[in-house]
Amino acid sequence: MEVIKQISVFAENKPGRMARVARTLADAGVNIRALTIAEAGDFGVIRMVVDDTERGYKALHDGGFTVSETDVLAVELKDVPGGLYEIANTLGMNNVNVDYAYAFVTAKFKRAMLILRVDDIQRATEVLNEAGVRLATREEIQQI
Amino acid sequence: MIEYWNPRIERMPIEDLHKMQEERLRYFVRYVYNHSSFYRQRFREAGVEPDDIKKLSDVTKLPFTSKRDLRDTYPTGMFCLPENWVVRYHVSSGTTGKPTVVGYTQGDVDTWSESLARGLTSIGLGRGDIIQVSYGYGLFTGGLGLHYGSERIGATVLPTGTGNTERQIELMQDLGSTAIACTPSYFLYINEVAQKMGVSIRDDTRLKAGIFGAEPWSEETRRRIEDSTGIKAYDIYGTSEMSGPLFTECHLQNGIHIWADMFLIEVIDPKTMEQVDDGERGELVVTSLDKWAFPLIRYRIGDITILNNEPCECGRTHPRIMRILGRTDDMIIVRGINVFPSQVESVLMRIPEIGNNYQIIVDRKGPLDVMTVKVEVTESAFSDKIADLMSLSNEVSRQLKSVLNITAKVELVEPGAIPRSEGKARRVIDKRKV
Ligand SMILES: [Zn+2]
Repeated sequence: MEVIKQISVFAENKPGRMARVARTLADAGVNIRALTIAEAGDFGVIRMVVDDTERGYKALHDGGFTVSETDVLAVELKDVPGGLYEIANTLGMNNVNVDYAYAFVTAKFKRAMLILRVDDIQRATEVLNEAGVRLATREEIQQI
Repeated sequence: MIEYWNPRIERMPIEDLHKMQEERLRYFVRYVYNHSSFYRQRFREAGVEPDDIKKLSDVTKLPFTSKRDLRDTYPTGMFCLPENWVVRYHVSSGTTGKPTVVGYTQGDVDTWSESLARGLTSIGLGRGDIIQVSYGYGLFTGGLGLHYGSERIGATVLPTGTGNTERQIELMQDLGSTAIACTPSYFLYINEVAQKMGVSIRDDTRLKAGIFGAEPWSEETRRRIEDSTGIKAYDIYGTSEMSGPLFTECHLQNGIHIWADMFLIEVIDPKTMEQVDDGERGELVVTSLDKWAFPLIRYRIGDITILNNEPCECGRTHPRIMRILGRTDDMIIVRGINVFPSQVESVLMRIPEIGNNYQIIVDRKGPLDVMTVKVEVTESAFSDKIADLMSLSNEVSRQLKSVLNITAKVELVEPGAIPRSEGKARRVIDKRKV
C-alpha cells in the first residue's frame, strides 16, 4: 500500500499546543515519524506521519483535538544532486499539483524521505512509479 | 393529555380579557399607592393619582420604574406588604452594583406556578412526564420556579440543578426524563458530554422537549438543537422581578404567551418612551396584575422584543411576545453601532462548519473599537488545508458584516477552547470597561 495516512491537527497559535499534541501521542505509545507546522496567523495546522495512524488519530480525537486524516505519499529521495528536481519535474510534466511537501530523515536507515500532498494521488503514484521513484509503503513507515 | 390548563382564562374573548385587566389595573394602582411610600412619591412626582386611572390606556399616565429604583431601595423598599407576609425571597446577583431582592406571598408563588402550569401544558407536558430541572436552585429563580410549575401539572420532577453533567445524563437515562429545563447553552453542553459518553439523546433517552431560557437565543440555535437531538426546543421567558421564568411558547412555537390576567405588557420606544405599534421592535415594560408582595408598575425590564396581539392558532387569546432579541444591558456598542450578541449568534448558527459555542471580545486599539468573534471549528469541517480554514474565517466575517454592518475579526479556535457554562453563558467580554 503506497498511500500513507497523514494526521492533521487544528491548533491555535499558542504556546504549549505542540507539546500537548506530542504528549497525547506519547501517552498512547504512538511515535511521530515526520512533522510539520503550517501557520496562518492565529491558528495553524500540525501535520504528522506516525507509526500507528489509527491509534494516533483516536488518541488525539478522544483528547479533544480537531483531527483529520489525509492521504499523502512518502517518496524516497535519492542522495544525489537533483533528486528533488526529478520528483517535482515528473509530477509537473504530468499535470499533478503539489499542495505541500516536507522532508524528514529516517532514524534507522538514514534515508531522506519526502511527504507529498498532491491533488491527484492516483496519477502521482503512477507517474512516479514509471519514473523509477521509490514510494514507501504504509508498512515501511511503521517500521522505520 | 389535556390541551389547556385553564381553558376559561386562556381562551377568554379579548374584550373580556381587557375588562379583567382594566379592573385589576385600577385595583393594583390603588393598592401600591396605599401600601408603599415609594409609589406614593413616584405618583406625586408624575402628577398622577389612583383616580386618574380608569381605562386600560390610562396606564401611560403612570410613571416608569426600573432596576435602578430596585437598587436605590435595596433591599425591600419597593415591597408592598410587611415581611411577615413574605414566604420566600429570591436574589439576583447584579453583574454591576447591588443585587436585587424579590419577595413572594404564598399567593404570588401559587400564581407563578399557575402561569407555568399553563405553559407546560401548552407544550404537551403533564402527568406521566418526567421533567429534569437543570436550572440552578437557590437564590436564582429558575430551579424552584420550574420545580413548582412541574409539580403543579402532576409531572414528576427530577431536581438535578446545574452541574455534574455526566450524572445528569445517567439519571436522564435511568429515570427516563421526558423533558429538561435549563439554559440553551447548558443543554448544548449536555449534548456534547453525552456524545463523548457514547450516549445519543435521540436514541438512548426518552427526552422529547426542552424548555430553554434565562439567556437570549436564536431560531438558528433552536434548529441546531432540534436537528441534533430530535427533541422540541421551547422558549421560556421571565425575569426575577416578574417572579422568575413565567411564560412559554405553546406547541406551535410562535411567540411566548404572556398571561394577560397576570401582566399588562407594553413595548415602548426607549427614545420617545411612547408605545410602539404591534410588530415593531421596542423595549418591554410590564405592570403586574396579580402580584402582592412585590408588584411592578410600568417596570422597564430592558429586554428588546416585538409585541403580537393577534390570538394564537392554538386558541389562546393572550398577547405574545416574539423572541427576545436581548437586553439593553447586553447590547454592545461597537464603533457607534448597536450589536446584540443574539444577532451574532444567529449568523454563526447558520454556518454548519462552526460549533455551538462562541465568544465576542470587544477591545479598544487606539481610538478604534475592535470586535473579535471567537468560534470553534467542528471536526467534520476541518480539512487540513490552510486555505479552507482561511476561507471559512473570511466567510464568517463576511456574513457578520452583512448582518451587523461592522467588520469583526474572526478567530478560529480549537473545540473546547471557549469556556462552557452550566448556567448563563458569558458571551461577551468587553475589555474596554476594565
Ligand atoms: Zn399558542
